[in-house]
Amino acid sequence: MADKIQFELVSPAKLLVSSPVDMVVVPGTEGDFGALVRHAPMITTVRPGVIVVHDGGKVSSSIFVAGGFAEVNEERITVLAEEAIPVGDITAELAAARKKAAKDALDDAKTDREKAQAQRLILIAEALEAARH
Amino acid sequence: MASLKDLRMKIVSVKSTRKITSAMKMVAASKLRRAQTAAEAARPFAERMERMLGTLAASLAGQSGAPKMLTGTGADKVHLLVAVTADRGLCGGFNSSIVRATKAMAADLLKQGKIVKIMPVGRKAREQLRRDYGQYMIEGFENLGRKGVVFAEADQVAEKISTLFDAEDFDVCTVIYNRFKSAIAQEVTRQQVIPFPVPAQATKADAGAKAIYEFEPGEEEILADILPRNLATQVFRALLESQASEQGARMTAMDNATRNAGEMINALAIKYNRSRQAQITKELIEIISGAEAL
Repeated sequence: MADKIQFELVSPAKLLVSSPVDMVVVPGTEGDFGALVRHAPMITTVRPGVIVVHDGGKVSSSIFVAGGFAEVNEERITVLAEEAIPVGDITAELAAARKKAAKDALDDAKTDREKAQAQRLILIAEALEAARH
Repeated sequence: MASLKDLRMKIVSVKSTRKITSAMKMVAASKLRRAQTAAEAARPFAERMERMLGTLAASLAGQSGAPKMLTGTGADKVHLLVAVTADRGLCGGFNSSIVRATKAMAADLLKQGKIVKIMPVGRKAREQLRRDYGQYMIEGFENLGRKGVVFAEADQVAEKISTLFDAEDFDVCTVIYNRFKSAIAQEVTRQQVIPFPVPAQATKADAGAKAIYEFEPGEEEILADILPRNLATQVFRALLESQASEQGARMTAMDNATRNAGEMINALAIKYNRSRQAQITKELIEIISGAEAL
């Protein structure tokens, strides 16, 4: 496979990854999808989960993202993530702490908006926990 | 005329002021470097967000049912002005230029018979706008970016703006902030964030047959998701730019203050030496004329 797809992972604070890779598997809201070069253009939302980057015939890195958006076109895939953590850096404590914080937020939530927000945090925390295994 | 002792004391006091201003200048310079890096690092996200939004908006163009945050409420009656300043002073015209721009814009809108609401972000905005525009002021934010701006803070501000928007408290939202041009120049920028102005060239380029995007789930769902995110991104960018500008402005102001203090010390030193010499001469004349009289 000579052609590679340009993979860009961007968080609000900075450009995290920008490199050509063989394939990227992204957790889309409507199912995971793998993006290779010459993928049909599409825009999708991303659910909390793990992005797996394949390069040189093996998994070169896997990164947890807490949701965001992905734009794919023929030569490029851009993922806008609110938060990104390499899977190797996730610890049980981190996942547990996040989960607890999210639960507390749900208990404290008064308005519907706050509840929805807390609900979302719980989903992220659960995905984070799942990503560790 | 001031006595020698007074002059000496004055010189000492100006010297200690100079020490403080030069220390502040150096602190600002190091903070500036960090803030500038942060502002630059945040650009790719905002750019890509804008591109994606442009694509979405282009594909939705002409269809009904687009979210209000993109198209607006259809009215143009109530304007929300978000004035972004620093929490502290001593940074030259940084805060007052924002306050002046906000006042001008508010006055202009009021003259057109519109309703104005002002959300101050930063302590100085609240303090300086309170007197003239206190009755238009709504609750704002302070103490943002104490340890560097983080996205969560921008998110809070955006959350508040979108809550107000959902409650139909305003139609148009404009953020007024200092855009960082260079360490010595800032530019007061008025950026409309709601309804979001779709970048013109993006609409044109992507509307062509070149790229027909697929959307998962639908355009509208993605838009509903992306617009609040985009608002937060815009606010984040404004906060970062403002932070970098603040440090730049403070550095320049403190540099000037240090230089002025130096000049003042020189002038005072000359004055001190002259009056000391004059006193010596006077004493000599007194002694000599006393001796001559004998």
